Amino acid sequence: MSRIVVEKRVFGSLRWVVIVALLLVTIFPFYYMVELSFVPIEQLLLHPDRLWVPLQDLTITTYQNVLKSVDDGGQGFAHFMTNSAIVALSTAIITLFVSIPGAYALSRLKFFGQRQVSGLFFAVYLFPSIIIAIPLFVGFSAIGIRESLFGLVIVYIAQTVPVSILMLRTYIKTMPVSIEEAAMVDGASRFRILRSVIVPLAMPTIMSTGLYVFMIAWNEFLFALLFLTANRDLWTVSLGLSQLSNGIEVSKTVLMAGSVLLTLPIIVLYGIAERSLTEGLTSGADKG
Amino acid sequence: MTVSLSPAPVKAAPPRGRQRRSITARRDNRAGLALVLPVTIIVIVVIIIPIIWNVILAFQQTDFTSVATNGIFNPFTLDNFVGVLTDAGFWSSLGTTVIYSVGGTAGSITLGLVAAIAFRKPFRGRGLARAVMLLPYVAPVVAAAFVWQIMLNPQFGIVNAVGTHLLGWSDPVNFLGKAPNALITVIVFEIWRYFPFAFLFITARLVGLPKDVEEAATVDGATPLQNFRFIVLPQLLPVIALLSVLRLIMNFNKFDDIYLLTGGGAGTEVAAVRVYDTLLGDFDIGGAAANALVLSAILAVSLLIYVRFFVNRGSEDS
Repeated sequence: MSRIVVEKRVFGSLRWVVIVALLLVTIFPFYYMVELSFVPIEQLLLHPDRLWVPLQDLTITTYQNVLKSVDDGGQGFAHFMTNSAIVALSTAIITLFVSIPGAYALSRLKFFGQRQVSGLFFAVYLFPSIIIAIPLFVGFSAIGIRESLFGLVIVYIAQTVPVSILMLRTYIKTMPVSIEEAAMVDGASRFRILRSVIVPLAMPTIMSTGLYVFMIAWNEFLFALLFLTANRDLWTVSLGLSQLSNGIEVSKTVLMAGSVLLTLPIIVLYGIAERSLTEGLTSGADKG
Repeated sequence: MTVSLSPAPVKAAPPRGRQRRSITARRDNRAGLALVLPVTIIVIVVIIIPIIWNVILAFQQTDFTSVATNGIFNPFTLDNFVGVLTDAGFWSSLGTTVIYSVGGTAGSITLGLVAAIAFRKPFRGRGLARAVMLLPYVAPVVAAAFVWQIMLNPQFGIVNAVGTHLLGWSDPVNFLGKAPNALITVIVFEIWRYFPFAFLFITARLVGLPKDVEEAATVDGATPLQNFRFIVLPQLLPVIALLSVLRLIMNFNKFDDIYLLTGGGAGTEVAAVRVYDTLLGDFDIGGAAANALVLSAILAVSLLIYVRFFVNRGSEDS
């Protein structure tokens, strides 16, 4: 009996220790990022162990510097953010556009080669990005689309299609078939059913899938590095931050402002769609 | 929860005679093909063809000019594989990759499990706390890696400042630039970034567990630890097995995190970083392709063995 009491006490309080510790560990780097982004570099070098910065030492020149274009003596992050937004938005839209019909067909229709197509999408999970990176680098260079946002978008679509099909499919499977049957009796074709029955009903899932794809594309680093390093005009935020942080020319706190700008859109989107995203994710496996 | 590949049971229109059914089936066949075609083409062009091309490149002694002029019609050779397999750097990078993947996977799943158990009983603000816990996983890797670099910086990083001022370290620790430290640090970073992923999956499974068995055991005098060990944990094993496979695959091919933190220096050159260096440092396309191919083969064989031993045994138990 006493063992139960002891264990209950120990685990009861240990539980809170774990919760607090985990929250600290998760939040602290982000807090530190935001804090340093408002501090001039001299302050950081003077007081490296400060966790709370007095108000008069705070500045927003870091943000001005990081956002301004290179011609105006800044780092051009506004431009990088535009590039990232173009890439991520196009990826999300096109991925949804091709994977909604695919997901519908795979979950509802019986057709020749269905199993093979399913297997194909699953296989994409298992192949490392680096193995397709080499031929894509060579091939895209040969046809001249390597140094372009367009080339990047194509790769991102192919990489996000499997996870988006998975998320959409899981949802479509839970929808009752009877609605579609009613529409079919009325003589609607499969395309029409997809457009006017499935898409409106699956809208919440479609939105959260789109957000997830947007986040993957916004965060992606390897292919941006591989394709666009030589051309600063095309840098995405991720690439820009990593390239500039390698050097010593740009002060670290200015780059912290860049990190905040890179992270903020993701946090906002995640905040909007947290519930449906986590549900969608755990209903399928994930690539990341 | 599971990655199911079997197609959903298709409920076609009610069978009103043979002819009617076959017309519907044929129409569905055509519609299905048409709907799935665009996405399939993209995957074939951008994933499948490059994989095949990678195999071809691995058997050719190529550089950027010869690929540009001859396409895939360069002479075939085994030199690349000989080069890869006889290079000590390849084997040491393989060892590093294995340590990194196993350490990162085991660590993130263990921490995720601990977190899921701690968050199991409801408390005020649990929903928000859970959402916050996923931040390392959703945040951009470049930003996360950069903050870690600054935090761990020997000159002005907060960790060393606290360590030397408050904890009495005699010298600042070089977390990312020295041999055993760097690998440990990248593994810890990996655990930090992916324990939320395990947390998410294990939590989803915990919610679905029937409560009555545990309650009965508690009535019979089982301690919390016994409850966890003999009732909860066995039911979580399938999720943990699935997570291990997923994380092992992802970690084995990991590039971003390590490249960003250390650039592959100080004993952290994992396989993917080595392939990248071969491609863009040495401009050796064939060597990089062969290296990548050997890695995929090793991964595929290990997965096969893993599935044989663990997943099959697990499904017999249940």
